[in-house]
Amino acid sequence: MAAGKELNPTEYIGHHLTHDARPFLGDGGFWTLHVDSVMVSILLGLVGIGFLWWIVRGASAGVPNKRQAFVELLVGFVDDQAKGIFRHGDRNAFVAPAALTVFVWVLLMNSMDFLPVDIVAKGTHLISAEGFRIVPTADINTTFALALSVWFLMLWFSVKAKGFGGWMHELLCAPFGAKLFPLNLLFNAIEYLSKPLSHSLRLYGNMYAGEIIFLLLWLLAAAGLGWAGLSFLLALGWAIFHILIVALQAYVFMMLTIVYFAMAHEHH
Amino acid sequence: MNFNLTLITQALVFAAFIWFTVRFVWPPLLRAIEARQKRIADGLAAAEQGKKSLESSSRQAELAITEARSRAAEIVAQAEKRGSQVLEEAKAAAKAEGDREKAAAKADIQQEAQRAREQLREQVAALAVAGAEKILRREVDARAHAELLDGIKKQL
Repeated sequence: MAAGKELNPTEYIGHHLTHDARPFLGDGGFWTLHVDSVMVSILLGLVGIGFLWWIVRGASAGVPNKRQAFVELLVGFVDDQAKGIFRHGDRNAFVAPAALTVFVWVLLMNSMDFLPVDIVAKGTHLISAEGFRIVPTADINTTFALALSVWFLMLWFSVKAKGFGGWMHELLCAPFGAKLFPLNLLFNAIEYLSKPLSHSLRLYGNMYAGEIIFLLLWLLAAAGLGWAGLSFLLALGWAIFHILIVALQAYVFMMLTIVYFAMAHEHH
Repeated sequence: MNFNLTLITQALVFAAFIWFTVRFVWPPLLRAIEARQKRIADGLAAAEQGKKSLESSSRQAELAITEARSRAAEIVAQAEKRGSQVLEEAKAAAKAEGDREKAAAKADIQQEAQRAREQLREQVAALAVAGAEKILRREVDARAHAELLDGIKKQL
């Protein structure tokens, strides 16, 4: 909450859903940067990937210590998924490490949802009094950035695997054959459009909804002591359930990434 | 939904993190895991090899034991044979010795008998001389008649 001001419920929620947006060029518009999303995501990426790097640098081929065993468990889990889905070449060259990056990063970004917004706000108000959202995956720019990156990589892999001619041929002739090429083109266009949309909006929607439900529960807590108790119980339940959602959405996002890369290599 | 520069920035950040993971995180761990897998595989192969060599050496040992056993039995049989042979030889030697002793004793006895016979003859001769003296009722000059008496003695 902005310091020293009484907010009505709409203002309270609106405040917590305001990005720390700063114009990068001129007076903003498209050239606005959500400093909060970028800062938190870079920080979490450095923490997550940096942790992996720190452990992996000293990785021994002998008996692993507990930290290395944990990292190997995580990497093995991601690698098993990649192994099961991606069978079109050396997954170690790109697909599996990319999937690991996605999983670790998205999981950490989603986990920011667990932090109580009003307590974190005491610190983030030092950066921005207007608003500071700490869940980067509840920012549609972040989820679209990830999904579109995957989408472009998918296009590139597709063209690389089949050649530009082969890719065009598939665009026009699959799945119904060359005679129905307009239908094929329509189908493929819808498919190509739906992939990044479903990929990014699924994650965004889940995290955004989680954030809003927490905000509503905090609003309930503001209604009085009894309501605060109820709000505590409900928030506890929602937080526990949200652990599942956070992990599941990170997992789904990673799986879809692998699936899209695998599909890009498939010939029809 | 307002898309803005954040999207491009996040995409660049994402690309940087993927690049870092692909380049610096995945390969060392993969190397470590693969090295460990190889070590485990080598260990298992060595264990298999050891098991095999143990099997073959125990088979060899069994063979050696069987051979030693048969050889021992052979030696025992030979020793038994040799023992009985020695016994036979000893028996034969003892028998020969006995025979020899018996023959010697016989010769002794014969000698003794001869001597006794000689003595007896001398005594008979003396007796006969004494008898003749008595018959002649006179002293016989032993020295004068020695020749005569010896002749008698020899005749007896």
